[in-house]
Amino acid sequence: MVLSALVFGLVLGGTYALIALGLSLQYGISRIMNLAYGEAIIAAAFATFLMLSVGGVAPLWALIAIVPAGYAISWVIFALMMRPLMRRKGGAGRLEVDSILATFGLLFVVQGVMLVVFGSNFTSYSYLDSGVDVFGTTVALNRLIAFALSLLIGGGMYLLLTHSRWGLTLRAVALAPASAPLVGLDVNRVARIGFALGGALAATGGVMISMYQTFSATDGVIFTMKALVIVIMGGVGNLLGALIAGLLLGLIETFVAAFIDPGLTLAATYALFLGILLWRPEGLFGQRDG
Amino acid sequence: MRWLIATVALAVLAGLPLILKAYGVGLLIGLAGYVTLATAWAMFSGPTRYISLATVAFLGIGAYAVAVLGELLPYPLVLICAAAVGAGVALVVGLSTLRLAGIYFVIFSFGLAELVRQLITWYEVNITGTLGRYIFLPLHPEHIYWQLLALGAVTLALAAWIRQSRIGLALRVIGDDETVAAHSGINLARVKLLLFVLSATIMTLTGAIQSPRWVYIEPGIVFNPTVSFMTVIMALLGGANRLWGPALGAVPLFLLFEWLSAHFPDHFSIILGALFIVIVFALPDGILAAIERAWGGRKTTEASA
Repeated sequence: MVLSALVFGLVLGGTYALIALGLSLQYGISRIMNLAYGEAIIAAAFATFLMLSVGGVAPLWALIAIVPAGYAISWVIFALMMRPLMRRKGGAGRLEVDSILATFGLLFVVQGVMLVVFGSNFTSYSYLDSGVDVFGTTVALNRLIAFALSLLIGGGMYLLLTHSRWGLTLRAVALAPASAPLVGLDVNRVARIGFALGGALAATGGVMISMYQTFSATDGVIFTMKALVIVIMGGVGNLLGALIAGLLLGLIETFVAAFIDPGLTLAATYALFLGILLWRPEGLFGQRDG
Repeated sequence: MRWLIATVALAVLAGLPLILKAYGVGLLIGLAGYVTLATAWAMFSGPTRYISLATVAFLGIGAYAVAVLGELLPYPLVLICAAAVGAGVALVVGLSTLRLAGIYFVIFSFGLAELVRQLITWYEVNITGTLGRYIFLPLHPEHIYWQLLALGAVTLALAAWIRQSRIGLALRVIGDDETVAAHSGINLARVKLLLFVLSATIMTLTGAIQSPRWVYIEPGIVFNPTVSFMTVIMALLGGANRLWGPALGAVPLFLLFEWLSAHFPDHFSIILGALFIVIVFALPDGILAAIERAWGGRKTTEASA
């Protein structure tokens, strides 16, 4: 029982880590607090479902189309919606408020479109659901693949950001947006890349989730919420922290669902959030300043 | 003179149900409810710029307090208990987030309604065994309307009083620059907490007073996130930093939303979201500020220079 909860928790946590990494990139690099982030995840899940049920495309192949689409759509949204907000006077505080409001509106638009197209019922499909034995626990193959892919993509993204010149420019803008132009960085371009990358990771997470979980058009808010809690748990701007906190939240949720009550997982997330806010608002792995 | 106008206006508004039919009274209840919600929202979120997305969480708490206590206690006591529960929740939320940067508060408020909804659902399913509850109180629609009207009037009066008090001044300084506010000796956390609890208590009372209209309630009905959303749009359209801004935004938008939800029930949230985005882009400071700018552009540049 404990072992199976551990395995399931890690699988769920892997997806959470991936999603949180994307949100962390969007908020850290482009300074956009994207409340419609979860909607991108659910949209990708529905796209996977549609491609499988209508076109017969396997979810793993769908990934090849959906992830670049997530990048492209986020790119366009940034150029059309966020860029004009960034041009407004009023500094970072103003941008934060404006981006929260604009993406809050976007949330309702995207959710409304999905409700019209797919209805409000829970959706799922079966794909690679034969059981595999892992340490004596039977786990569906799709969960294992989702976990492996999450680690691969999340870990790869992390290495790319920390060990490449391209990653260095992204981190430079995240750390000091005012100084970045001094060394020849185009802040606007980098911010757009950061936002689009976040969208691509959200789309990846959405495909993963659709492979092993049921989802509905109104679930986006919960995913946004969880991603935000993970980012804060890991420490805002701390990418490795977000990855670890994501795995941790997946474990905690699965244990609460298995041993206490499945109806209380969101309450557990919130209790954790409250604890972090009260004792370590700088995040589990953040440094205290002052 | 101002008091005279206010009293006459209030008397006229209170007399309206006597000449209107049931549908008209229903509209008045909705209008009074949203004017109160939007004004209460702007009371805290306007000057501090801490966007609260939790309006419906408090509204729903108020409704549930009435559903649970309605037949156990006399009505005025029920309202007091509802207000106390709402204030208590706001105190917990405020104490844990308002010491930190605004973003933590926004995130917390973003999921609060969903959290309360899931907790109540869990409790009802596991402990009481039924999902829904009934509210049977001997109140006519016009009684509900008069209570809401009174609450709305008190809310506007409170907002007016706060604007010219020291707290209002402190709040405006916080909204402009927190560092400056802290250096001028303003206790940031305490001022923000006070206003947030006050605004949340009013929202809870609005929910409590309106709840007999529903008769049957369940978590999915009273914690509808669209309500939080509509409150924010109304306040922003009118201008969250003006006394009459939220009320002015609430009246036309409420009537528009009534019409939209009757004619486009399936596309309601899409239209709502699109409208909201348009307002954020076209009228960032609200319609009152835009009118003033268009009218006396020269005067404002002189004032700011």
